[in-house]
Amino acid sequence: MAIAVVALARSRNLLAVVVLAGIYSFLMGAVLVALDAVDVAMTEASVGAGISTVLLLCALALCRSDEAKPSQHPFAPLCVAVTTGAVLVYGTLGLPAFSDPQAPIHTHVAPRYLEEVPREIDIPNVVTAVLASYRGYDTLGETTVVFTAGVGVVALLRRRSLRRGDRK
Amino acid sequence: MTEDLVLRVVAKLLIPFIAMFAAYVQFHGDFGPGGGFQAGVIAAAAVIFFTLIFGLQRTRELVPDWIVETMVAAGVLLYASVGLAGIVLGGNYLDYFVLGATSVDGQHRGIFWVEIGVAVTVCGVMLKVFYMFVARRLEE
Repeated sequence: MAIAVVALARSRNLLAVVVLAGIYSFLMGAVLVALDAVDVAMTEASVGAGISTVLLLCALALCRSDEAKPSQHPFAPLCVAVTTGAVLVYGTLGLPAFSDPQAPIHTHVAPRYLEEVPREIDIPNVVTAVLASYRGYDTLGETTVVFTAGVGVVALLRRRSLRRGDRK
Repeated sequence: MTEDLVLRVVAKLLIPFIAMFAAYVQFHGDFGPGGGFQAGVIAAAAVIFFTLIFGLQRTRELVPDWIVETMVAAGVLLYASVGLAGIVLGGNYLDYFVLGATSVDGQHRGIFWVEIGVAVTVCGVMLKVFYMFVARRLEE
């Protein structure tokens, strides 16, 4: 993954960047499988490595595939990125140790879900039960977000083609 | 669109299996990893694969624009109407317990329809965005 990221940052050819980003997503999916988050891994592999790579390639087909030379030195963005990264790493120091059974997330609602799902919902995949039933409102919201995003893209691109039609 | 014989044959072999896998992920989401979101994306991927090999023209004959646009809205509406069905049958909004003979039955039914709603919207949005991108390229 580190190699992919370094190659990503150094590459000037956007086609290579898109392919490398796809590789990064697949590796991320593998990491998530190793962490036993199979549902998330599946989403990462299909959306991150699949659909978004195809959409970015479509976008590249519309414009030039070489990145323009930056107009100023990239020191300021580098500083911002490094500072943000450092703050995030500092933030992880406050988290409980990895796979600590006493971590707050394991003692709050998770035990209740794990104990009650077989009795209340009777579905082997607890993730599906939590997403679709206990957090039904959240998932409705997420679906609406996907809907809104799609409608937004349609509105942006279609208006453009209509205007071009007027000019003809 | 490509005339390459190998690609066309491989695509014809693979696409039914991709579509099958999408259905598997959708309906097996209760038992294994997966669910509406993943299934919708995989179904969209099958159609996108078809487009890459056979071109947008033939895809639009197969999956016309109006179907895709209807899917975008229909999924959300299906999800929301499952919630309304809960109210009509005497529960709260998005309360699945009242949808079946027993509360467990109701939960199964509610989750099934809600997941279908998610899959339909996700698949529709992915396809619509992809169509718009490809169509712009054809215009220019």
